[in-house]
Amino acid sequence: MAMVKREVVGAHYGLRDWLAQRITAVVMAVYTCMMLAVLASLPSLDYWYWKALWEMPVMRYSTMLFLFSVYLHAWIGVRDIFMDYVKDAGLRLTLYVIVIGALVSYAAWSVQILWGA
Amino acid sequence: MLKPRPKYLNLFQIRLPLGGVVSIMHRVSGAVLFLLIPLLLYLLQMSLESPQAFAAFGSVFAHPVLKLILIGLVWAYLHHLCAGIRYLALDLDYGTDLAPARTSAKAVLVVSLGLTLIVGAWLW
Repeated sequence: MAMVKREVVGAHYGLRDWLAQRITAVVMAVYTCMMLAVLASLPSLDYWYWKALWEMPVMRYSTMLFLFSVYLHAWIGVRDIFMDYVKDAGLRLTLYVIVIGALVSYAAWSVQILWGA
Repeated sequence: MLKPRPKYLNLFQIRLPLGGVVSIMHRVSGAVLFLLIPLLLYLLQMSLESPQAFAAFGSVFAHPVLKLILIGLVWAYLHHLCAGIRYLALDLDYGTDLAPARTSAKAVLVVSLGLTLIVGAWLW
């Protein structure tokens, strides 16, 4: 058997991100089906039913899990788009920082929406 | 002898196969959904604020233009979801031959449009 000495290079986030993209996708797909069932089971779509729905702990935690999946999934997806089309490293880095900043603030905002009021 | 390779960089001359159409639509719909995250968060926040805000919500979305935008957004979500399920299947080695891959690409377009029509009819 021939020994192959390979130089492993790169930042090693490829497989991790590939897997994260798929796990978050499954989480979001399951949540979407769950949410459709929940909406269909509401007696009527008035404010009080809507409000009571969002005060249920299971609703808050599952939506949090869904939204955090969205943000991680969006980061990987948008980063890949920038990698493909933005050739200038400085501009690409700037865009990364903007997107990360936006997603982190969306995450904080999401917690505020779900647990506030 | 090196033959100069044809480079069809004119986007209007490129004939994408169906799988390619689904692929670029997956990317575009993903980008659109990313850009609309803050709007959706804002709408959720508003809807929970007060009965008045919730009612205002309903009257704002009574406008046909906003309804069309909302339906477009639903289409982006559904296309991204259906195409994503197709990619998960391809990752698991289901339907990787040419014919089934073309069929599933067509199915993604048809199913996501069909579901959008159902949701659109319900919203309208």
